[in-house]
Amino acid sequence: MGARGGPDQARVRGGDAMTKMTYREAIREGLREALSGDPRVFLMGEDVGRYGGSFKVTYGLLEEFGPERVRDTPLSESTFVGAGIGAALGGMRPIVEIMTVNFSLLALDQILNNAATLRHMSGGQLGVPLVVRMATGGGRQLAAQHSHSLEGWFAHIPGIKIVAPATPADAKGLLLAALREPDPVFIFEHATLYAVEGEVDDGAAPVAIGKAAVRRTGESVTLITYGGSLGKTLQAADQLAVEGIDAEVIDLRSLRPLDSAMVLASVAKTHRAVVVDEGWRMCSFAAEVSAQIMEGGFYDLDAPVARVCSAEVPMPYAKHMEDAALPQAATIVQAVHDMLGAHG
Amino acid sequence: MTGEPGLDRGHALDLLRQMVLIRRFEEKAAELYTLGKIRGFLHLYIGEEAVAVGTMQALGPDDNIVATYREHGQALARGIPAGSLMAEMYGKASGCSGGRGGSMHFFDVSRRFYGGHAIVGGGLPIAVGLALADKLRSRAALTACFFGDGAVAEGEFHESLNLAALWKLPVLFLCENNLYAMGTALSQHQAQIDIRRKADAYAMPADVADGMDVLAVEAATRRAAASVRDGDGPFLLELRTYRFRAHSMADPELYRAKQEVEEWKTRDPIARHVARLREAGSLGDPDLTEIESGVAAEVDEAVRFAEAGPWEPVEDLTRHVYAAVTP
Amino acid sequence: MPILTADMSAGTLVTWRKKVGDAVKRGDIIAEVETDKGLIDVEVFTGGTIERILVQPGAMVPTGAVLAIIREEAGILPAPPPTISSPPTPAPAAAGRATQAPPQIPTAPGRQRISPLARKLASDLGIDLATLSGTGPGGVIRREDIEHAAAARMDAAPKEQRPSLDRSARFRQAIGAAMARSKREVPHYYLSTTIDMQPALAWLAEENLKQSVTDRLLYGVLLIKAVALGLREVPELNSVWRGAEAVPSPAIHVGVAISLRGGGLVAPALHDTDRRSLTELMQSFSDLVRRARSGGLRSSELSDPTITVTSLGEQGVESVFGIIYPPQVAIVGFGKIVQRPWSVGGEVVSRSVITATLSADHRVSDGHRGGLFLASVDRLLQDPARL
Repeated sequence: MGARGGPDQARVRGGDAMTKMTYREAIREGLREALSGDPRVFLMGEDVGRYGGSFKVTYGLLEEFGPERVRDTPLSESTFVGAGIGAALGGMRPIVEIMTVNFSLLALDQILNNAATLRHMSGGQLGVPLVVRMATGGGRQLAAQHSHSLEGWFAHIPGIKIVAPATPADAKGLLLAALREPDPVFIFEHATLYAVEGEVDDGAAPVAIGKAAVRRTGESVTLITYGGSLGKTLQAADQLAVEGIDAEVIDLRSLRPLDSAMVLASVAKTHRAVVVDEGWRMCSFAAEVSAQIMEGGFYDLDAPVARVCSAEVPMPYAKHMEDAALPQAATIVQAVHDMLGAHG
Repeated sequence: MTGEPGLDRGHALDLLRQMVLIRRFEEKAAELYTLGKIRGFLHLYIGEEAVAVGTMQALGPDDNIVATYREHGQALARGIPAGSLMAEMYGKASGCSGGRGGSMHFFDVSRRFYGGHAIVGGGLPIAVGLALADKLRSRAALTACFFGDGAVAEGEFHESLNLAALWKLPVLFLCENNLYAMGTALSQHQAQIDIRRKADAYAMPADVADGMDVLAVEAATRRAAASVRDGDGPFLLELRTYRFRAHSMADPELYRAKQEVEEWKTRDPIARHVARLREAGSLGDPDLTEIESGVAAEVDEAVRFAEAGPWEPVEDLTRHVYAAVTP
Repeated sequence: MPILTADMSAGTLVTWRKKVGDAVKRGDIIAEVETDKGLIDVEVFTGGTIERILVQPGAMVPTGAVLAIIREEAGILPAPPPTISSPPTPAPAAAGRATQAPPQIPTAPGRQRISPLARKLASDLGIDLATLSGTGPGGVIRREDIEHAAAARMDAAPKEQRPSLDRSARFRQAIGAAMARSKREVPHYYLSTTIDMQPALAWLAEENLKQSVTDRLLYGVLLIKAVALGLREVPELNSVWRGAEAVPSPAIHVGVAISLRGGGLVAPALHDTDRRSLTELMQSFSDLVRRARSGGLRSSELSDPTITVTSLGEQGVESVFGIIYPPQVAIVGFGKIVQRPWSVGGEVVSRSVITATLSADHRVSDGHRGGLFLASVDRLLQDPARL
């Protein structure tokens, strides 16, 4: 135990009750709290136990809580997600880990036809308090089958909730919030965020689902994003600031339900919006945000809503090609320039 | 035969009554479908009554049930009132699923009846989960999971049997093998048509029984259930049966010979049971008449209940998408 | 014909398995029907004897049609077939609620609600947005409002500010676009009638003797007042077209077409035309003409008319059929007063008559109503003292 070097060593205790930790550690803390605090909670997924989690999130939890509470599953996405649904029906609070969103496709039938549907279809008799965590996104040269961002697909489905934490604090906070939901919640963790550090309040309350966060205030343009794209968006905002363009950055945090009120309030102030979304552009989640801004804030816009999304290609392997396919700080800056240039 | 329930007259007559109820309910449903009262898809259980009734004898109120879209028999045998089911098929708010599900999606949580699933194989993972919850909560109960021969082709069947066996979960897998997955014969879609043998791949005990003989079904299910309740893990019980009607109301049955259907009808589970009881002197014409008229009254009442039921107000369309109260 | 498949609306009777006189019992197959899923057996749910067969093999009939009549056995009373109760038709509002757009947030104070198209058009045409109020939902300024303002502005331009040829052309373009749209989108119908003006002119001459020169009434005011009072009797001609329906206007504001020197037409409102005296109307009318020609009209005067009256009498035209000015739903035209033979008491005499016309939106009124209106105007003009 501890031969690999405990993750605890990486933590630095800050002042008061704030601790600096990585995104993965924050999730682990959340899982630990949940497992300790509620006997109904248990984890299920591939390599969550003995392997320590494919992204090292669940590292140490098997040793701490035992194999009944931290369960390694066979490579049977459909059945272990469905079993999560059944266990939730049976009174438990399972947290299912699907290794990545790329493998969730195998479980889509259980997710859509059961998790999202049972409450409505049974006339309100059943509820599925299930939490599913998935790593998502590209940028690590893992090529076409391992680089998807499918949050938009999932956000299309009524009956489930979709969140995408972009910071360690939100990773823990949204997990704890998800565990309180009587309905299924899908948590999308961008794989490039696991090592990112941030301040996490030890006694943090759950982060409200359905509430976005303003990460940077500004007056000239609203940049709307979530999850793994937040970092690039903030970089873009810094660059724009040097040019005298003051960007407001909104981190959506929840995709379904979507905090359209905050988005619209920001657009009412800046009159310009750019949505940054790692999904493919056509039928993207960004398209939904754009439509909602158009519907709710049409007369506040001085320019059409712009979208910065992934190119309509399967993700290539070579780095320069992958970089070209994904949203980057430079392309976000360019989108703002285009918007200001063309429309004044 | 040893291990079989004794031919207790009361019990035997009760089995008969339950099968007759299913038969007449299904016939009435067919009629109402042609009149446009029941819409969408209707999958009748006629011919398979012995399976639902026989298996249900081995299950108690604490046990969970997951079934398929051909679940009217199981629902009635479980004790869900016929009126509630008929109203559900009418689409009325007084139906067991509030009119939201129709024929394929009966739910009754109070009786631990977890549907009513239209995706073939889609219920097996849920059954595994229910059993997992029971095991984690040390609840002495089993989960009965009904599925057809078609489902054994789906990945979920294999994943679910494997996971249930691996984790020693109290699942009673009940395969209603009626020889056809909609229009495809078993021999046309399975390399190994001896379904019971598939459990071997998962080191799971299995058995097979004559699904047209209600007493045989009861006996076999009791044995299988006992094995599961003993903590030996899941069990696969294959019940060989036959549906006398088409896959659904819209099926011209081009895939099977009428002669085959007629042959199976000679093994009608109700007729067989009646014959057996008559032979044993347990059943006379007055008993049969009493059962039939009682069932007829129950079915008529169910139709009246359905006819009189209210429609859910359209304003409630978005109710129950999420829980009413969110923290 | 039973419903045999999920969305069957008709089936073809292929074969009868039984014939007239055959006994059938519940569960028997009586016929075979062809559906889009194939040939399906039809079973009977009652017992009895087949009395009549109504549909022959090969016939396609809708579901619910009677195929045959079975006389049930005496003594067995069939349960009455359940009455068909269809589900309530969903209220469109309820369905709409499920897919409603997110609520519009109030625009920041000081920020005008104007569509991008209108903004661009205003910029192209040089319209000052600050002077405008919009006719869109919630007061949004839309393209029509810009076109309307452009039409008025061009004619109301101060004399010193000679619009460049360019601008004048664009104004004409805007007016032209508005007129073209009206013709395209509004189904016009036309009525005309000749009105005996003799009594009105005689009365007018007498009245004017009592007035000073500056307060003299012109006959045009009589026409305008008669139109306004006529609208009380046929109020739908006083409606405003909003979106997909005509909304009755609570007040009657007749827009009077005033020609401008240098070309162009403007039609500002005489507010509450029906409730004001002829003298008041004359004063207002003169004031409007003055301000129209000096560029002092208010935009509300341009957007308030609920109907327009145009007269080409001075130009010597006998009748004029105008193009309706949206969102109004009618326009009344008067030609010049001419001397024509007229039958009075069986005798042919020479009378002063005028041709009154109505161009009206057929979505809102029909010829019958339009005719009633013109008849009212005629009738009112025969009793000028009551105007």
